[in-house]
Amino acid sequence: MQDHTDLSWEWVIGLEVHTHLKTESKLFSPAPVVYGAEPNHAVHPIDLALPGVLPVLNERVVELAIRLGLAIHGTVNPVSVFARKNYFYPDLPKGYQISQFEDPIVSDGWLEIEPEVRGQAKKKAAAGGGGRRRIGITRAHIEEDAGKSIHDVAIAGREDSCIDLNRAGVPLLEIVSEPDMRTAAEASAYLRALRSILRYIGVSDADMEKGQFRCDANVSVRPRGSRELGTRTEIKNLNSFVHVEEAIEAEARRQIELIEDGGTVVQATMGFDPVRRRTSVQRLKENSDDYRYFPDPDLIPLRIEADRIEAVRASLPELPDEKRSRFGSEYGLSDYDAGVLTANRELAAFFEETAKACGSPKAAANWLTRDLLRELRERDVELEETSLTPAILASLIRLVEDGRLTARSAAELFPDLVSDGGDPEVLMRERGLEAVSDAGAIDGLVDQVVEAHPDVVQQIREGDDKPLNFLMGKVMQASRGKAVPAQVRKTLIARIRS
Amino acid sequence: MAKADSLLAGDLSDLRGALDRRDCSAVELVQASLDAMDARADLAAIVFRRDEAALTEAEAADERIASGKPASPLDGLPVVLKDNIVQAGEPATCASRILEGYVSPFDSGVVERLQRAGAIVVGRANLDEFAMGSSTENSIHGPSRNPWDPERACGGSSGGSAAAVAAGLVPLAFGSDTGGSIRQPASFCGVVGFKPTYGRVSRWGLVAYASSLDQIGPFARRVADCALALEAVGGHDDRDSTSLPEVVPPLRSRLDGDVSGLVVGLPKEYFAPEGAQPGVLARVREAIGVLEGEGVRFVEISLPHTAYTIATYYIIATAEASSNLARFDGVRYGRRAEHPKDLLDLYERSRSEGFGAEVKRRILLGTYVLSAGYYDAYYVKAQKVRTLIRRDFEAAFGECDAILTPTTPETAFALGAKAGDPLSMYLSDVYTVSANLAGLPALSVPCGFVDGMPVGLQLLGKPLDEATILRIGDAFERRTDHHRQSPPGPPGSPGTD
Repeated sequence: MQDHTDLSWEWVIGLEVHTHLKTESKLFSPAPVVYGAEPNHAVHPIDLALPGVLPVLNERVVELAIRLGLAIHGTVNPVSVFARKNYFYPDLPKGYQISQFEDPIVSDGWLEIEPEVRGQAKKKAAAGGGGRRRIGITRAHIEEDAGKSIHDVAIAGREDSCIDLNRAGVPLLEIVSEPDMRTAAEASAYLRALRSILRYIGVSDADMEKGQFRCDANVSVRPRGSRELGTRTEIKNLNSFVHVEEAIEAEARRQIELIEDGGTVVQATMGFDPVRRRTSVQRLKENSDDYRYFPDPDLIPLRIEADRIEAVRASLPELPDEKRSRFGSEYGLSDYDAGVLTANRELAAFFEETAKACGSPKAAANWLTRDLLRELRERDVELEETSLTPAILASLIRLVEDGRLTARSAAELFPDLVSDGGDPEVLMRERGLEAVSDAGAIDGLVDQVVEAHPDVVQQIREGDDKPLNFLMGKVMQASRGKAVPAQVRKTLIARIRS
Repeated sequence: MAKADSLLAGDLSDLRGALDRRDCSAVELVQASLDAMDARADLAAIVFRRDEAALTEAEAADERIASGKPASPLDGLPVVLKDNIVQAGEPATCASRILEGYVSPFDSGVVERLQRAGAIVVGRANLDEFAMGSSTENSIHGPSRNPWDPERACGGSSGGSAAAVAAGLVPLAFGSDTGGSIRQPASFCGVVGFKPTYGRVSRWGLVAYASSLDQIGPFARRVADCALALEAVGGHDDRDSTSLPEVVPPLRSRLDGDVSGLVVGLPKEYFAPEGAQPGVLARVREAIGVLEGEGVRFVEISLPHTAYTIATYYIIATAEASSNLARFDGVRYGRRAEHPKDLLDLYERSRSEGFGAEVKRRILLGTYVLSAGYYDAYYVKAQKVRTLIRRDFEAAFGECDAILTPTTPETAFALGAKAGDPLSMYLSDVYTVSANLAGLPALSVPCGFVDGMPVGLQLLGKPLDEATILRIGDAFERRTDHHRQSPPGPPGSPGTD
């Protein structure tokens, strides 16, 4: 997507992610965290900021923040402080948001990304061992979400604006990256990697459609080779990976054009119009907002003992990166296959169970990365929604490995196993798909094909092996795919050479 | 009824005895309290009443007492709450127009514990708006009056609670103390006022003024009654993160009158002759003499950062207040400006119309000290000075068990005398704010009169050591009769004494 302008300009991208934490109740109140409830029904006096209420920290949130901190190789700070960010807005009941400012719970982390490369670049990247890059994470801090203001007459049902406070007080982690990304694809790869980690460690469902995973992008450009950062703009509320990429592309190009036309970039908050694929200035930041942050006197500093951190560390599952390299060394998988299988914790577990049950990790990897993922894509479903189990897939693989089912017949059975499950062996028998390895039966088929194509046989006999596959195909066709290919080939060659 | 009426002016143990002996009933006591409120409506001490609910609750208390199972020593006794301590189904105006019509849907921690103890909330007491003030003049309900002289202020901000106890409307009242708001009115009204250690009493349901300083405490006519009150309402509450985990120890059982051998510090900065009225200093020195007679040893101590306490207090308290009061925006509850033309207009007019001048002044001050460019010079600096003030006390408590000072520099001033001079009003807290900045327990005990107006002495204790100052205060009461003096009755009535 990037063109000649890349030769003279470097893009500098940093991302701020807000992710809802997976908790039963809110950050500072006992109200439940639910999606789609009737407006203002998942609220407690604390969320409404009634006179006399006080916040009490949900300890589960601390647990989850520590998990994330460890998973991104960050420092979990022994003392962090909740601060009030003061501003007036109708969906902010207290008139301040409780956040962490000077002392966040997590600092100095990183994660590795592998940008998805397309076309020609893909082969190059694969040959070079991939374009893995480390992206720094400045900090992650705990804060509460605001409610929702609904200005839409159709939804609100009236001319006034309406407020829904169900979301007010829902716990968030704000995860702030270093300005380490240089392309829109890297930005999107970072978000995918982060989302994958969040889901792996059970910190967040990070469902973008539910607003559980929201992204602001800081973008600036600078002449290639320059070490100084250009003036940045912030694109707010990007709610899909595609939009993140498109918005960054559009904004970087806007800045480059502006500078090349003799203009200067001014610090601003940008909005992104996904239809026109254009960013536009929403608000200038020349009068920097004064949020009058100060430590919240209703909450004592959050102290985290070292043994609590160690206990969380011990409870962490294997992370995607660790799993990926283990899949390489333990199962002999390619980096690509290992990467695909570990992107999703459920898929990785499915693979391991299948591999153990069938004894053939490579076959298991092939089935999963090619056939299964294609089925999921086509049906637009999740792995958990199918009827396929590791035992079923392992049994299918074993039938093939044992020569009792051809790859072609297996591929024919597979979609039904995904839909309905069942025992592949039983299904194979019911459909009469058992492989034909009986010498007599194959001899007969080979004889038929050889007799029907004397000219091709002659060609081979004269030393041209190419048409052998044509004859193979004919025999396989005649067996309706059930003949064991290796045996067919052996018999064919013997018959022609005889 | 006459029995109950006269009992109301007594102390809690007399009332307890009368109830348990069935000399009077809880219903009679509550009715006497309600009648007294009628008789002393001139004081404007009580702003909301619970006549019906209180009498119903009193009937239930009488049943418990009759069956020999009173819920606690407070069972059946009438109390009032400052109108910033919420109770389910009751208003909580905080003396502010912005909360007119608001009814709390939930109970404060203090109300829950009082109800569990069987105490009966008969009404809600006047205060300075959002507890900001030292005279109970900044109130939509009008100024409360001092029972000793209705032309004088009863102090503040918990002035209504102090006046209610002084005038014999109830034997026990609760207020909140952020910079002296319990002790100063107690001193002005000649009753005992007690601010426990910060975090001792749950702030759940106390409408916040300055969260790091606010603390609920009782008013009564006897030190022992304040000890009983803390036993009833103190202790940890999960809903207040700043609530202390420590259990409140038995306090009344330690009030044995024996204070011999205790060492009490007299901070020289608090006894400077130019600092207080000569009469006030004279009464306090007489009190020192009484305690010396009981074997207390007095030592001079120094609290070197005393000069900075008022400035430090008004930076921290207003900073917190500016944020705490942001929720009163006219959006969800309370006063909303009519026909706002847009959101900003809604905010500006709701708050302009809803808040009084003193509250606005403090919100502006607090907003200023938190603003970019001023934060370090004011708020951060004030926090550092707060630490120094706390250390002054830590050092002082290395030499003594408690500290004694005047509660206020002067006796109750005339209504309106300081209304146009906020700085002079702020200075009336000069002896009390340090206990809030350092989080210490503090007690004001009546120690005599100057020109017919009560004087209070203040005792400051180590954090969590309420027992020692209560013991000293109680021992002082045993040797004096200041607490037995009663103010004159309502206008037009025959004098009580």
